[in-house]
Amino acid sequence: MLALSSSLALSSLARATTIGFSQVGSESGWRSSFSESVKREAAARNIDLKFADAQQKQENQIRAVRGFIAQRVDAIIIAPVVETGWAPVLREAKRARIPVVIVDRNVQVNDDSLYLTRIASDFTEEGRKIANWLMQKTDGKCNIVELQGTVGATAAIDRAKGFNEVLSAYPNAKIIRSQTAEFTRSKGKEVMESFLKAEQGGRNICALWAHNDEMALGAIQAIKEAGLKPGQDILVVAVDGVPDYFKAMADGEANATVELDPHLGGPAFDVIAAYLRGDKDISKYINNTGELFSQDTAAAEYQKRTNK
Amino acid sequence: MKQTQPCADSLQQARLARYSPGSTKASARYLWPLAALILLLAANLLLDASFFQLSFQDGRLYGSLIDILNRSAPVALLAIGMSLVIATGGIDLSVGAVMAIAGSICANLLLQADLPLVLVITAGLATGIAAGLINGTLVSYLRIQPIVATLLLMVAGRGVAQLINQGQIVTFLRPDFAWLGSGSWLGVPVPVWLVIAMFGLSQLLLRRTALGLFIEAVGCNATASRYLGINDKAIKLFVYAFAGFCAALAGMISAADIQGSDANNAGLWLELDAILAVVIGGAALSGGRFSLLLSVIGVLIIQSLSTTIIVSGLPAKFNLLIKALVVLLVLLLQSDKFRRQLSSWLPKLRKWRKGGQA
Repeated sequence: MLALSSSLALSSLARATTIGFSQVGSESGWRSSFSESVKREAAARNIDLKFADAQQKQENQIRAVRGFIAQRVDAIIIAPVVETGWAPVLREAKRARIPVVIVDRNVQVNDDSLYLTRIASDFTEEGRKIANWLMQKTDGKCNIVELQGTVGATAAIDRAKGFNEVLSAYPNAKIIRSQTAEFTRSKGKEVMESFLKAEQGGRNICALWAHNDEMALGAIQAIKEAGLKPGQDILVVAVDGVPDYFKAMADGEANATVELDPHLGGPAFDVIAAYLRGDKDISKYINNTGELFSQDTAAAEYQKRTNK
Repeated sequence: MKQTQPCADSLQQARLARYSPGSTKASARYLWPLAALILLLAANLLLDASFFQLSFQDGRLYGSLIDILNRSAPVALLAIGMSLVIATGGIDLSVGAVMAIAGSICANLLLQADLPLVLVITAGLATGIAAGLINGTLVSYLRIQPIVATLLLMVAGRGVAQLINQGQIVTFLRPDFAWLGSGSWLGVPVPVWLVIAMFGLSQLLLRRTALGLFIEAVGCNATASRYLGINDKAIKLFVYAFAGFCAALAGMISAADIQGSDANNAGLWLELDAILAVVIGGAALSGGRFSLLLSVIGVLIIQSLSTTIIVSGLPAKFNLLIKALVVLLVLLLQSDKFRRQLSSWLPKLRKWRKGGQA
């Protein structure tokens, strides 16, 4: 069996490839759909996927990766829970000549030959995309209120950075209020309520920009309760692309979102297949930033996402 | 009544030690928390006068002050329950997790077609009481330290809620249940009415019967009160069940407010806000005297502070620092020693200024 699987690595992909996947856990809806999508993709490609749920602990991940190495899998995919502490186990994998693909979060190692490539979306790019859409929609003239993510979170910092980059080119657009709502729906509603009061019942606000969909969904309720129409009186833009937000867009209550793509399985398997085929020219970072969705396609997309 | 007299004596002593002596100064313990609240609101007046604007819109009052009342409702309910637990010398760290469980149970029941609202609410409240009874049994009958006993449910409870929700945010469309969180009656938000009702009922139950006195007696000396014929274990069991009930109600308000149950975040860290509110209200964590009114004022202080920070437009990274500083100030103002120190500095300061002018 061992000899068989290593010879498989060299031969064609007609026979089943074995790939170990160490996932962080199942702490959020996004994470669950990420896991599901990898499993589905593996089944579709006839890949023998060994799935290990680390329950948010790096030690479990390292143990799982060592297990994969001992089983002599053809490739390993890691969705790391933290960035540091990966060098030793990655070195072991390299010694065993097993390619490792890092997905989603980053790893910090001095020697980037320790892994094949990293596949992730670019938070800054997400911020830029949504800002560009908003500036086109409003002709660059807009008073924006911002709901930030958790203070210090990479997603919050980088999304804000990308958004503000675009905004700096439009002198008539500015962020008039900005506060953290900790990425949650209930805080989003609470903070938006205060913003509406502070800006003359919301008459002063042209758009709401939330660092994730959940906060925007909370804020939409606050806008409705203030007697305004979200999506019309106040434009709503966010990032993530959760099903509930697609429903809000389909109902005309939200305007646009950039999807944080949970379908990282496909690109990861693609790059592994290319490597096993002998392609050595693989970039160290593969950008997988999701698409921008607006109300036009929202109803269809919502159907697609709920009928899985 | 007579039986509790010795404990009431020690209660009196505790009172003397903790607060200003004499009946004339008993109101002092209401003075400082209230002063802090008024000061906070006054600061808002300076920041932005429209803070106090109230208007009537779509059949409900609308304004920042109403927001503060509405937003403080869940923590106020937690604080009412927490006051009793702390009065017995205990602490309940699990209330935030119980909120999440109650929310997730209700949300999932609401997804079942056509379950009557009464049943859903009863199920939610029963969950809270059951969680409270687990805590109470661990504390009173198995003699596990309260902080350890309730830590169990604090950690595990959120996991239970996530399990019930299967890791998702469960949303529902039921206007009747949503009314609990975002509806209004006579222009005032329903959560505020629920707090008023809960406060009134608790106050009647505790102060028109001997129950409140028993709780304080158990808190100041459990052994002594047992010798006097108070069933201290049953009292402790009751206060934890009561806290669980309050937490479940708070959890349902939170879920109804966003029309969904978010097991990861519902009630997260709110147990600490509730404890803080009780402490700001002047209660001692060692047990004994409690005042529901002061605890609720403590909650209002915390929420006014949060709303003020949001409205002020300061960068988000200062939020926690400002909160900590204001709470420190409120607690210092309540300390007799600090106030005495302060008043001893005042004449010196005046003298120094006079000296400077001469």
